[in-house]
Amino acid sequence: MNLRRLFLILTPYAWLLLFFLIPFAIVLKIALSDYAISIPPYTPTLDISAGWEGFKEFVSELDAENFAFLATDALYYTAYLSSLKIALISTVLTLVVAYPIAYGMAQASQEWRPTLMMLVILPFWTSFLIRVYSWIGILSNEGFLNQFLLWTGIINEPLAIMNTQNAVYIGIVYSYLPFMILPIYAALEKLDESLIEAAEDLGCSKISAFWLVTFPLSIPGVIAGCFLVFIPALGEFVIPSLLGGSDTLMIGKVLYEEFFSNRDWPVASAVAVVLLLILIVPIVLFQRNEQRQREANQ
Amino acid sequence: MAQPGTRLVFAPWNDPEQKPLIQFKNVTKKFGDFVAIDNITLDIYRREFFALLGPSGCGKTTLMRMLAGFEAPTSGTILLDGVDIAPVPPNKRPVNMMFQSYALFPHLSVWDNIAFGLRRSDMPKDQIPARVEDMLRLVRLEKFAKRKPHQISGGQRQRVALARSLAKAPKLLLLDEPLGALDKKLRQDTQFELMDIQEKTGTTFVIVTHDQEEAMTVASRVAVMDHGKMVQIDTPDRIYETPNSVYVADFIGDVNIIEGNVIDTVDGKVSIEWAEGQPRLLGTVGEGVAKGSRVHYAIRPEKVAIATQPPADRANVIEGVVHDIAYLGNISTYKVELPGGRMMKAQVANDRRIARRDITWDDKVWLSFTDTAGVVLLG
Ligand SMILES: Nc1ncnc2c1ncn2[C@@H]1O[C@H](COP(=O)(O)OP(=O)(O)OP(=O)(O)O)[C@@H](O)[C@H]1O
Ligand SMILES: [Mg+2]
Repeated sequence: MNLRRLFLILTPYAWLLLFFLIPFAIVLKIALSDYAISIPPYTPTLDISAGWEGFKEFVSELDAENFAFLATDALYYTAYLSSLKIALISTVLTLVVAYPIAYGMAQASQEWRPTLMMLVILPFWTSFLIRVYSWIGILSNEGFLNQFLLWTGIINEPLAIMNTQNAVYIGIVYSYLPFMILPIYAALEKLDESLIEAAEDLGCSKISAFWLVTFPLSIPGVIAGCFLVFIPALGEFVIPSLLGGSDTLMIGKVLYEEFFSNRDWPVASAVAVVLLLILIVPIVLFQRNEQRQREANQ
Repeated sequence: MAQPGTRLVFAPWNDPEQKPLIQFKNVTKKFGDFVAIDNITLDIYRREFFALLGPSGCGKTTLMRMLAGFEAPTSGTILLDGVDIAPVPPNKRPVNMMFQSYALFPHLSVWDNIAFGLRRSDMPKDQIPARVEDMLRLVRLEKFAKRKPHQISGGQRQRVALARSLAKAPKLLLLDEPLGALDKKLRQDTQFELMDIQEKTGTTFVIVTHDQEEAMTVASRVAVMDHGKMVQIDTPDRIYETPNSVYVADFIGDVNIIEGNVIDTVDGKVSIEWAEGQPRLLGTVGEGVAKGSRVHYAIRPEKVAIATQPPADRANVIEGVVHDIAYLGNISTYKVELPGGRMMKAQVANDRRIARRDITWDDKVWLSFTDTAGVVLLG
């Protein structure tokens, strides 16, 4: 019995250790190393055969100068700030698009709901990369959108959307929409219809019943959805590099370039570690929100 | 009109001058093929305390939801003050409903739940707190004002729901089982409070209850429903004393029902043959009862006297053996086995201590009742 409990408790910790803490320790170690023209492209490397003395020497060669470097070069913190801004704005935009969809789904009749849910999840069945690529075909100067607008006569010149931040917003809103819709839908779906009736009975119009009852009760879902969009959007790499062009500065792109263009693994690792530290704040807040909700449901 | 010295009886339903507050005219409600309300015609008058009684699923909540505006009749009209209310949305009706499921807002405190309707009314903002405090005091929840609904007990939640629906003092109050979760003492107190509110404000109440005693205590009239139909609408005492069907007699209170055939009707009296070799039952002719009809004779246990000697002057006397005695404190119910195995209950007030009771198990006894004590019902 006790062994079973121990096993149950240890499993998530073992998981965390194996897939989060160990990789994180490796990345942190690289971030504390120096760039070198070698394989792997950094020093020092730990030589286990040298024993305790070797380990002490290894540790003494680690330093935080890559982090100091991040602070001195404006590129990095502008990239962080710009990522934060883009992630925030696209989270809000996603919310604005997702809420009415989730609301509509929750209002739909019982037999339609599974189908609507399927439609929301369906895009996941194709590759994320292909879906982002196809937006190039839609948004570029000769793309479907511009051709359509030119054909209808609404515009005379193609709109320059491709390779701007707007394209990034569109890409993020599109890609992360299901992550916003599903938690909001889950919150709205379990809302008791009689609460709305009670509000109307007590003098609310349909609209004020929505703002006084429906919306406040869906807030846990809204918060969950916002985190689920904001957290991955902050480190997003594919969307800004495919749709954003050189206009868009995001930390995910900087990270990629440090690794693969400059082959400066230590600086790239330092960028990654800082990104993770920035993300820990919203992740902890997210966990709190989930916890509170679980407690409220009991 | 009332003569000096006589009490003015509240019975607007007998007064053709009175205009009903609510009129159901041939109202039918269907859910798909299922008929939840079956062609109901019904008048409810101002200041009435109208109780709906009936088994689960008979359409009580549906009837209320139509009054509150959450369901539209499939056919027929509902008039409020003589005006068809079909086009009036729920928030514009002078009606408040206490939901059977309470429907308290989980994100708001008890206080805010009660204030919710007031804030949407034209009550000046500075008067709202006083009103909420009044309501909290009424349902004895002053100490719980700051709690959220999930932090209070089931009975307390029910009281919050009641307070919330009472707060706006509407013209018409719909209470769907308002007191079911309360203990007996609190329930009785709240019943009297409700009657008091009604007396003071003149609000019309429609109340659903599963508790007949409650219906009897508070109601000006009781409607007994079955499968979406109104079986009988009458004052509590008439529902009890002169039920119009076996269904009502059986649904309200305890009753002995004896099936038999009418042998004769003379001068408004019937004689009923109910068992081989037994004296015929004498009763008063009911509606539609004629010679030869198959009838049910319904008599309340408390109208049946029990004695160890054959009584001389009663119209109906039946001999039997005591099968069981249920002691209920103030009264005792004797279950007496009649010849042929039929059971009949007699109820006697316990005005003596148990030790001095002279009837016990397996005693031979005589049950007796007058020819006006029971009702003769067709079918
Ligand atoms: N929205 C609905 N769709 C289908 N059937 C319904 C609906 N609402 C009620 N019914 C049916 O109508 C009938 C009457 O329901 P109602 O809620 O009025 O019963 P009730 O008399 O209030 O019962 P209870 O005493 O159990 O509360 C029930 O058989 C119920 O199943
Ligand atoms: Mg009901």
